[in-house]
Amino acid sequence: MNAMNDAWLQVGRLEDIPRQGARVIATAEGAIAVFRTVDDEVFALRDRCPHKGGPLSQGIVHGKRVACPLHDWKIALDTGLAAAPDAGCAARYPVRVEDGVVRLRLVPDEGCPGGHGESP
Amino acid sequence: MDKMKLVLVGNGMAGMRTLEELLRIAPELYEITVIGAEPHPNYNRILLSPVLAGEQTLDEIVLNPLQWYAEHGIRLVTGSPVVRIDRARRCVETADGARADYDRLLLATGSDPFILPVPGAELPGVVGFRDIADVEAMIDASDRYRHAVVIGGGLLGLEAANGLKLRGMEVTVVHLAPWLMERQLDEPAARLLQQNLEAKGLRFLLQRQTAALLPSPSPAGGGGVGERVSVASGIPSPPALHAREGPLPLAGEGSEPRVGAVRFTDGSEVPADLVVMAVGIRPNVALAESAGLHCNRGVVVNDTLQTYDPRIYAVGECASHRGVAYGLVAPLFEQARVAANHLALQGFKRYAGSVTSTKLKVTGIDLYSAGDFTGGEGSEAIVYSDPIAGVYKKLVVKDDRLVGACLYGDTLEGTWYFELLRDGTSIRDFRDKLLFGRHHLGDSGHGDEKARLAALPDATEICGCNGVKKGDIVRAIREQRLFTLDEVRAHTKASASCGSCTGLVEGLLAMTAGGDYSEAPSKKPVCACTEHSHDEVRRAIREQGLKALPDAMRFLEWKTPDGCNKCRPALNYYLLCAWPNEYQDDAQSRYINERAHGNIQKDGSFSVVPRMWGGLTNPKELRAIADVAEKFGVPEVKVTGGQRIDLFGVKKEDLPAVWRDLSEAGFVSGHAYGKALRTVKTCVGARWCRFGTRDSTGLGVKLERMTWGSWMPHKYKLAVSGCPRNCAEATIKDFGVVCVDSGYELHVGGNGGIKVRVTDLLAKVDTEEEVLEYCAAFTQLYREEARYLERSAPWIERVGLSYVKARILADAEGRRALAERFRASQQTAQVDPWKARADGAETHEFTPMLTLA
Ligand code: SRM
Ligand SMILES: Cc1cc2nc3c(=O)[nH]c(=O)nc-3n(C[C@H](O)[C@H](O)[C@H](O)COP(=O)(O)OP(=O)(O)OC[C@H]3O[C@@H](n4cnc5c(N)ncnc54)[C@H](O)[C@@H]3O)c2cc1C
Ligand code: SF4
Ligand code: FES
Repeated sequence: MNAMNDAWLQVGRLEDIPRQGARVIATAEGAIAVFRTVDDEVFALRDRCPHKGGPLSQGIVHGKRVACPLHDWKIALDTGLAAAPDAGCAARYPVRVEDGVVRLRLVPDEGCPGGHGESP
Repeated sequence: MDKMKLVLVGNGMAGMRTLEELLRIAPELYEITVIGAEPHPNYNRILLSPVLAGEQTLDEIVLNPLQWYAEHGIRLVTGSPVVRIDRARRCVETADGARADYDRLLLATGSDPFILPVPGAELPGVVGFRDIADVEAMIDASDRYRHAVVIGGGLLGLEAANGLKLRGMEVTVVHLAPWLMERQLDEPAARLLQQNLEAKGLRFLLQRQTAALLPSPSPAGGGGVGERVSVASGIPSPPALHAREGPLPLAGEGSEPRVGAVRFTDGSEVPADLVVMAVGIRPNVALAESAGLHCNRGVVVNDTLQTYDPRIYAVGECASHRGVAYGLVAPLFEQARVAANHLALQGFKRYAGSVTSTKLKVTGIDLYSAGDFTGGEGSEAIVYSDPIAGVYKKLVVKDDRLVGACLYGDTLEGTWYFELLRDGTSIRDFRDKLLFGRHHLGDSGHGDEKARLAALPDATEICGCNGVKKGDIVRAIREQRLFTLDEVRAHTKASASCGSCTGLVEGLLAMTAGGDYSEAPSKKPVCACTEHSHDEVRRAIREQGLKALPDAMRFLEWKTPDGCNKCRPALNYYLLCAWPNEYQDDAQSRYINERAHGNIQKDGSFSVVPRMWGGLTNPKELRAIADVAEKFGVPEVKVTGGQRIDLFGVKKEDLPAVWRDLSEAGFVSGHAYGKALRTVKTCVGARWCRFGTRDSTGLGVKLERMTWGSWMPHKYKLAVSGCPRNCAEATIKDFGVVCVDSGYELHVGGNGGIKVRVTDLLAKVDTEEEVLEYCAAFTQLYREEARYLERSAPWIERVGLSYVKARILADAEGRRALAERFRASQQTAQVDPWKARADGAETHEFTPMLTLA
């Protein structure tokens, strides 16, 4: 990984993301969805549903989950895992909020089988 | 501050369910004491029958193990009944002298079995069938003796007889009435039942009245008498435990002889080493009566389950509500919910009584009965009988409502009949089809219309959307121990998409998980986030003046912090419909199509369908569409089935710009993506067609101008045809108009789609003004009363065409008021969402937060 990808990138402010919603960060490797829950927790996942690639950023966010808009799989925002009985995983990206500023690293966390490397 | 004190008397099913409900909604409100006469924690009394039959064990039926009480900080006193309530000092006292103070008292003392007051009733070996001690006594007797007599051929008696038979006894069932289960079954069904049970080896003596129980001439065989009364599992059974009428069944001591035979009033006798009295139950009111509470065959309670002393509540079999004391758990659980709501100081629920249904828990026998099937004055019976196949069905109808159902051999439609009965649905419009069941079987892709669910091979596809087979569903229900539709949906995906197979899946659930029918909730909650039904949610929103989504969730005790993608869109719609020009729409509670005002495609792009009023267009509009298609590189342009043009594959970021161009050409959104008014299809009509009777195109445009922009429970489509040739297919629309020479026929409740339904004729009117008024009124009635995601067709089938007619035709003033409410709500609804977004609204929805490289 190059240094630039390793850095915490400033992507915007918390209020840019609607509560119980998401915004997209467009990258050359495909979109990343940044979610904000009802109690202002922020999570980032690759914007591709492990089922058939649906854009998770377009789903309804409830609790710490998002419902994929295409076939209604439920993906956990904190782990990227699909809720049972479905199985699959969307890669997680490290994200943090400081003084209302959202920062993200473009290197996904380890631990999501097949989650990274696969191109959109 | 000290917590309030709550004391529950009766550690049984109704009382404990109330506590569980209460702890869920107000966990910290009370310091709780539970006092139970039985020496056990709360267990599932229903399952005593399978325990007796050897199908389950006592351990398996415990509902709240001792540690549950400890975890919830509940003080539990077992093995000693409460013998005194001091209402002045607000405390109760047990037989052992233990005391507990209360601020609120909950009585849930259940019932006692009625022991016939005949000579010999006090002999050892005579038991009721009510609690663990009874079952243990029966199991013990079955190990030592041969002859059992069950007095009473009702539900309990037959389950007892079946269990004892399976434990190897020779069982005779004695029954006073001319046929079995006379309160649940009519004679033909009871005869079938009797035949089946006889085939299992039971003997029946009908119309026999017990005169006396005779002691056995010789001291009973097997172990000593004293030993015989001790309980098999070693759980001690305290003597003061049974506060029942009549003598204690297990009181035998020393050399007192055991029961040996039953003598009838005609002088005949049958041998009996065990006599089970199952002739009925009596609400256990002794305690309440001694405390001066008003009782009348049960402790009298009002709709909030309060007794005449407002600090004292009563639920369960001991309570008498509007003159009825129930003896089945489903109504008791409903009572529990209401009582908990009031104990939690929320105070908005009401208990309005229940309709009950019965199944017999004897493996291999399908029997279902609900409501009042005896009929009586003014009722009619619809009967199907096939003695060879062992199938019998009787439906009793009164004033166009189903009031009773009795099914034997084929009980698949039981739940449907029960719904009709409970909801008081008018069946006038489908009376001729009633007996043949809900038409869920035979939806496209589900094979033979006549095939019955049980007979379907495992490989039959039940859910055509997700390719789920019958075998998969049945296996999942068994292996994962699934009980609800939601669970089956989550685990198998069956019925999770278009939902047309829901009825089949429910049938499979009932068939597979069946045994404990009490699990079937008597109403369906909106989703797993709540216990409330759609109708309750709507009522609360209106009556409590709830005007924001979080308020509604808080008030209705939502179980999840912010709902889910099922309930939030529903709530959002209900709020919007209830407070039309006031409610602030919640974009995050809308499905993406409605949030982004386009249809999401499989690749994440969107489709754009501009409105073409009544299907009319012109060169200028077509040119504008062509320009947009070229300018934005739209990959595909198609004429839709709704008479307009669809631009497919538009990138989300391009949507506002596409809309700007379309808006400048005069287009507004076609709402092809919404639970909203979609299209108004028209035919050419009198302007050009040689058969046309009226200006169907012009009328279509007027209707569309009036209705566009309105949000609905589901998609909503209109059409106007110029003559009965009906080229606009008006008779499969939610609201369709067929012009005829003498006026306009108004048709409602049709759809194409998954399950085609042809409209019902609502009315015939003379003028276009009337068409518009009736359309507005019907639309508003649907908007206000249908459940979210219920299209007009299933809605009409649920409420009945007669109801709709009563609201729209018979009540002219009501019709005008409905139409007026529709028009009023349209004032703010008819703002083109596309133009608003082209002008900069909700930009965040359409633009990335950040674009890298
Ligand atoms: C575009 C169109 C097909 C076409 O190319 O012609 C269409 C496309 C879709 N229809 Fe349709 N329906 C279209 C006319 C129809 C018609 C014909 C009509 O309206 O006369 C019907 C049957 C009539 C009816 O509704 O009763 C129809 C019955 C359905 C149904 C079944 C509804 C039902 O009650 O059973 C669904 C599923 C649903 O709504 O849940 C559906 C759902 C869909 C969805 C929205 C599926 C989805 O959720 O993604 C499709 C969107 C495709 C896409 O990717 O954009 N579509 N659909 C038509 C748009 C009409 C328009 O101008 O707005
Ligand atoms: C064998 C059997 C099978 C059944 N099958 C079905 C079925 O299939 N479906 C169905 O819906 N229903 C069935 N029922 C009925 C169902 O079990 C009852 O409706 C339900 O248990 C009643 O709940 P309850 O809380 O009112 O009474 P109970 O569950 O009887 O609880 C009352 C408790 O209060 C205790 N008590 C009484 N007086 C006092 C006192 N003074 N102090 C302290 N404690 C006291 C009793 O000992 C008892 O433990 C069945 C019942 C039996 C016995
Ligand atoms: S019938 Fe309708 S829902 Fe089915 S594929 Fe065609 S457009 Fe899609
Ligand atoms: S692509 Fe997400 S559920 Fe199918």
